[in-house]
Amino acid sequence: MKVWAPVEYTGVAELRGPLIVVQGTRNVGWDEYATIVLESGERRHGLVLDVDRDIAVVQILEGTGGLRIEATRVTFTGSPLHISAGTGWLGRVCNGRGRPLDGGPPIFGDDSVPVAGFPMNPTVREPPAEPVITGVSVIDALTTLVRGQKIAIFAEGGLPYLELAAQVAAQAHTGGAPFNVVFAAMGLTHSDAATVRDILERRSSAAELTLLLNLADDPVIERLLTPRIALTVAEHLAFVLRRHVLVVLADMTSYCEALREVSAARGEIPARRAYPGYLYSDLASIYERCGRIRGRAGSITVLPVLSMPAGDITHPVPDLTGYITEGQILLAREVTSYPHIDPLSSLSRMMRAGVGTGRTRPEHLDLAAQIQAGLSRARQAGELADLVGESALSPIDRRYLAMAEAFRTRLLVQRPDEARTLEETFDRAWDVVSTLPRSELSMLGEEALEAGYRGES
Amino acid sequence: MGTVSRVNGPLVEVEDLIGAAMFELVLLGPHRLPGEIVTLRDGHATVQAYEYTGGLAPGDPADRGGSPVSALLGPHLLGGVYDGLLRPLTDAGPWLNPAAPTPASAARPWRFTPLVEQGRTAAPGTAIGRVEDASSPAYLVLSPGGEVSAIRQAGHYPHDAVIAVVGGTEVRLTRRQPVRLALPYLSRLEGTVPLTTGQRVIDLLLPVCLGGTAAVPGGFGTGKTVLLQQIAKWCDADVVIYIGCGERGNEMADVVAELAELSDPRTGGRLSDRTVVIANTSNMPMMAREASIYTGVTVAEHFRDMGYAAVVIADSTSRWAEARREFASRSGILPAEEGYPADLASALAAFYERAGRVITLGGATGSVTIVGAVSPPGGDLTEPVTAQTERFVRTLWALDRDLAYARHYPAISWRDSFSRDADALTHGAPENAARRARVGGLLAEADRLTALAELVGAGALPARERIGLLAGRLLREGFLRQSSLSTLDAYCPPERTALIADALLTILARCQDLIEHGVPVASVEDRDFSPILRAKESPQEEILARRDTVLDDLETLR
Repeated sequence: MKVWAPVEYTGVAELRGPLIVVQGTRNVGWDEYATIVLESGERRHGLVLDVDRDIAVVQILEGTGGLRIEATRVTFTGSPLHISAGTGWLGRVCNGRGRPLDGGPPIFGDDSVPVAGFPMNPTVREPPAEPVITGVSVIDALTTLVRGQKIAIFAEGGLPYLELAAQVAAQAHTGGAPFNVVFAAMGLTHSDAATVRDILERRSSAAELTLLLNLADDPVIERLLTPRIALTVAEHLAFVLRRHVLVVLADMTSYCEALREVSAARGEIPARRAYPGYLYSDLASIYERCGRIRGRAGSITVLPVLSMPAGDITHPVPDLTGYITEGQILLAREVTSYPHIDPLSSLSRMMRAGVGTGRTRPEHLDLAAQIQAGLSRARQAGELADLVGESALSPIDRRYLAMAEAFRTRLLVQRPDEARTLEETFDRAWDVVSTLPRSELSMLGEEALEAGYRGES
Repeated sequence: MGTVSRVNGPLVEVEDLIGAAMFELVLLGPHRLPGEIVTLRDGHATVQAYEYTGGLAPGDPADRGGSPVSALLGPHLLGGVYDGLLRPLTDAGPWLNPAAPTPASAARPWRFTPLVEQGRTAAPGTAIGRVEDASSPAYLVLSPGGEVSAIRQAGHYPHDAVIAVVGGTEVRLTRRQPVRLALPYLSRLEGTVPLTTGQRVIDLLLPVCLGGTAAVPGGFGTGKTVLLQQIAKWCDADVVIYIGCGERGNEMADVVAELAELSDPRTGGRLSDRTVVIANTSNMPMMAREASIYTGVTVAEHFRDMGYAAVVIADSTSRWAEARREFASRSGILPAEEGYPADLASALAAFYERAGRVITLGGATGSVTIVGAVSPPGGDLTEPVTAQTERFVRTLWALDRDLAYARHYPAISWRDSFSRDADALTHGAPENAARRARVGGLLAEADRLTALAELVGAGALPARERIGLLAGRLLREGFLRQSSLSTLDAYCPPERTALIADALLTILARCQDLIEHGVPVASVEDRDFSPILRAKESPQEEILARRDTVLDDLETLR
């Protein structure tokens, strides 16, 4: 343990972008947390990015605006940033650095833990299992969230992806098992933030949710801490207090832009689209904090939410996110009604482990596969109809088009404030497949059809 | 004893490290974090640290490790899970804290049986003893060469006990081996023995040989990891080294759990008994990821030297290349393509060159086969890692997003993939060469016809070509597609692969014959082919009966 010495340094050599270069430092460690005091007495905070003998490069979370070389004092805390974790975070609204925004007292907790976290030993991981029910039919039916997994929401421009993320955060549950939500908002506009707060209000006042809010005009660099604080809070809830926790991280594209900004200020060699070469590892250090531990009850499910710049799924942020997450839920503009989820481009790779007998419904996987296959066939039929006209289609192709329409009206379309039970979702899903002749439902077993099919045979 | 002078993430500079050598191990700071020297200049060393360096400060001590970065090789390896430096993860706690290092493994005693007598001469690389309770296959202790001046009797010994003295060298059950240097062998052999993977599309169309190299490029969602896991489970190697290099933790948990459950179709033991898992998930320290690839190959070479066929599966080499890029960028090396250092191509070539089928120093025949996944950003196959890898591997299994989107798994594209060993492997098996040529030819023809049919409509094609389209469909659905979840279909032994392919070819020949005898092509297309399409899910003895059902059904058209 290093001896904590509150030495105040005044030797500021350089201010550039979000960076401050301090001279004459002694025993300052890499990634240490620093406090910067301006001549007005204002305090700002920073992280050490590089230490070279007696020179420390610090990134200032609140930005360098107004700092003067002559009258700035810097102290180092002697260790990387820690927060106190505990149930005190529930029901609170804080800024991107974890300082209260709700007028309440600072948050004190049971344990002081580093926000960078420690990597989970892969051999103690329990593979994800059991569902998180979101109350959004199309997600629960086709791309079920599984406890301990990470699955991303990708959105094309202009779509209400934050509303959907907030709706999931407000409605999600684990069927009675203790459940909490940590919502980390990064780079949200004031109006978006107001909408999100509004949607989450009830859950927050029930002390089931923590909201970390970094706004679009808040310091950009602060965003680099926001998801880490959220996950540190979640890890304590999940693995010490053994609850199921859903962590929503929105919008990760804003986070990555902050990372790029720091990287550029440091003069690092840029990789794709000027994002730093370590973007993959950095994102992984966040997303990989999901999981379950063998022999412990809790779980962390991570839901990164991001807007795809120019709707491009090969952009580095969605691309690298897709490489790390176990599936994605894609919001497409061609799906014209809320929640805009394109079922054919969405996938939950862990779904097999989360659904079925004793979890959701015995026929869940087959029913989902049947709907996917039907929609895929309907899309082909639709393309053909565009060429030759719908009247030229075979009768069975027309049935598939009718099935796609039933899917849209019965299952997909849902109000942003509407929470559907699993029963209701399955009821609607059976309505959808029942628009097809029974002979077409090759993926569903006899027993399931006997119980669920309600079309004319 | 040196002093840390600069810390920038995994890049650490150390002063006054007198007498240090390139690639020597350095222990940094009060927690003695391991690192490796990558540059030396006037007593200053640049070190790449293998752990998170938070809190490490200029002025902290740095110690020379005295040897290059090494891994502990021994009978404990099989069946275990290790990190990138081969430290056991099984005994570590739930959180990997660099300040609280994991205990050394190999702690339990092993049952040793001598294979040579005292006073005899044991040539280098020959076995002087075996450890039988390790796992399958038996672990052999190899001679450094010379006269056996002392050897223990059969019995249980701890891993670090001296069990023999050969040519004046003490031999222990375990030993430390530098990971960046290839282990020596006597001579290389040509690749003429196939590695059977149990995946039909690979074994018939795109085979890989023992000692060969294969790369699997594929964007996210193309089923790369599932394919590699299938190969890890079912390939007929003696030892499999599965390196999770910068990939998902949940997937590693899955692999470990599945291997422990499945039994080896050849030995009857658990599959995990022949597997060494090196787990360096994407949230574990980045530089250990860089080392993990070399560690894995070193373990494979170690088993190769015992005369075994070892397979290294690395998922994913792109993360390894990214770790190298990250470090190069921090140490100010001039970037070449997309920020990767200029030595990317030579590093990739050197890595894949450690594969090979060889005569070992002891005269046995062993092999190291390398299968590396590549994760091209944005699915762009022209990016540097994919493009350079393609140059050095002998087999390429390119995964196709359209196939994956159509739920055609394994999504190996028969157009974009290649196997440069295919001809050599079928040298002694002409019927297999003919089968490959026919299936490959039909698929290529079907692709051409599909493109044509999209323009003019399938109905406008002549009967012969419509049979060509039918051939493409039957081969795709009845042969190429393989379910990793089905118990019968997940592993397809070579004779079964041949049986299914031949059955399909016979049926297609019959279809061709029918239309030549005036049967309308539409009535052939409308027949029910499902018995043969489901043959892959049925027991082997039913396949011929299923073929005959379809043939009999076709005969009714005449």
